[in-house]
Amino acid sequence: MLFLIIKRILLGFITLFIVSIITFVGTEVLPGDACTTYLERQAFGEQLEACYRRLGLNVPAYERYVSWALNAIQGDFGYSLSGEMPIKDVLGPRIKNSLVLASAAIFIGIPIALILGIITALWRDKLPDVAISTVTIFAMTIPEFISATLLILIIAIWLEWLPGIVIVPTDVSFLELLPNIILPVVAIAMIMTAHMARMVRSSVIQVMASEYVQMAILKGVPYWKMVFKHVLPNALLPAINVVALTIAWLLGGVVVTEVVFNYPGLGRLVIESISNRDLPTVQALAIILASIYVSINLLADLLTLMLNPRLKTLQIRK
Amino acid sequence: MKVDNIYKEEKKSAFVKLSEIIITMASRPSGLIGLSILVFHIILAFISPYIAPHDFKAIDPTLMLQAPSAEYWFGTDDLGRDVFTRTILGGRTALTITFFGSLIALLWGGLLGIFCGLVGGKIDDVVMRIVDAFLSIPWILAMLLIVSLLGTSTEVLIPALGFFYGKGIVRVARAATHDVIAKDFIVSARARGHSNFSIIWNEIIPNVRDAILVEGAMRWSWMLLGFSSLSFLGFGVSPPTPDWGLMISNARGLMSFAYWAVIAPIVGLSSLIIGINLTADAFAKALGIDRSTKAPV
Repeated sequence: MLFLIIKRILLGFITLFIVSIITFVGTEVLPGDACTTYLERQAFGEQLEACYRRLGLNVPAYERYVSWALNAIQGDFGYSLSGEMPIKDVLGPRIKNSLVLASAAIFIGIPIALILGIITALWRDKLPDVAISTVTIFAMTIPEFISATLLILIIAIWLEWLPGIVIVPTDVSFLELLPNIILPVVAIAMIMTAHMARMVRSSVIQVMASEYVQMAILKGVPYWKMVFKHVLPNALLPAINVVALTIAWLLGGVVVTEVVFNYPGLGRLVIESISNRDLPTVQALAIILASIYVSINLLADLLTLMLNPRLKTLQIRK
Repeated sequence: MKVDNIYKEEKKSAFVKLSEIIITMASRPSGLIGLSILVFHIILAFISPYIAPHDFKAIDPTLMLQAPSAEYWFGTDDLGRDVFTRTILGGRTALTITFFGSLIALLWGGLLGIFCGLVGGKIDDVVMRIVDAFLSIPWILAMLLIVSLLGTSTEVLIPALGFFYGKGIVRVARAATHDVIAKDFIVSARARGHSNFSIIWNEIIPNVRDAILVEGAMRWSWMLLGFSSLSFLGFGVSPPTPDWGLMISNARGLMSFAYWAVIAPIVGLSSLIIGINLTADAFAKALGIDRSTKAPV
């Protein structure tokens, strides 16, 4: 068990190590470098040399990778090109803002998804299922920027209930942020909830069809007792992993949603740093977003392992 | 002579199988709706240049932000261009790029996955680690980086999308290969002395084809979503090419006075994505594969 956990964590680190190489090589082989983009037309002769020396680009690539990686482990990602600011100072408030957005969406989304998924599974192919499943298909497939735009158009412009665009400084306090994040949270939660509700639905349906549930029905176990005691614990376990993957996948959607609402989070930083060709910041963002992805998956794996006694013995037997 | 007959029968049965699948798909209401939307969009993409009532790039300052009328069915945008014309033309680029992108994704992802599943061992471990690493970089960051440095031409977008949406297929193809690899017919093919290539072509591909095709169909809709997100962010096709993502992002700032310019492309893009999704779902169900338990990786 302990061995498994350690192995899983090690694998996560190996993945991150490969990601760091990919992003480093990726930004290295693509045409142009930080200095030529930064200096644009003055990129020749003395000035270019000076810039290379200042940013330390005159040493071989592998040496730069090693020093960059060593610093990155300690949370120091170097300086951003456009602002000439330490990247970690740029990242700090952005990460906090994005975390607020994403966790609000997750906390709203998971309970709703559970309820919807269970309802649709228990009333399979009846009216509640057909109605809810139709809505979830729409919520799931429509791109974030469309649902966000429609939300702004209907709630903010036509009904004038909430502000449509977030106009706050990056380091705003949580309470000031709150009224501004309702629409972005709804936009993200909608698509996330729809994905998860569908997974819960099919997971519950699978368990309902299994033999031990049929047995429980035959034994005369009361319906709701059977649902809560026998079906749900077994149905929700396999859903954890898939939910984690979905959340991680939605990181991309969060980027788009933040741009639509002008929200000062990591997503807008992604767009800004890429537009400015601020490659050090892009590298830092790639590592951070990849670590979020890896740790969400790791967490889900460990949770499944701990909650499922069968998996434990199975792995030991192996 | 006898061999000829067997081949003919197999060919015919493949065609019959395809039409049977389509009939099964259309027999469910959701599948029928999805198929009709998809077919409608494909036909529209082919005929729209011939039926467009106006020039899609004709700018006319006197016609700025006109409400829908008999002349301009969906109104005009901020440069006085006809929104109806631009909307019916808006799906062509997206459909073409994502269709060929999905084909590339299917090919390289499927073949690499089958190969890894077959050989196993060290090579498999290394490749899967790399695939995992690529999976953990958010698609949007990678795509944005590529198009911002290499440009947004079709020749860049199709392989880039194909590459990034293919890595998920590697996993699916590998898992499907693992399912068949221990079966008796593979063991006996090895015993007969067939080469790896022949085993992949004759024994494995026919057995994992369904799973990979379903994955490819799903990936098509995600790729469309990704592509239009890129356009929306200004990193996709460049103006004045009519494209839904681009139209939505342009018209968004003015939607408090001119909502028609944003509603028309929204309806176009949403309906196409829903159509492809419903079709892919029905396709999976017709082949007996349950899609809904899988995450969109």
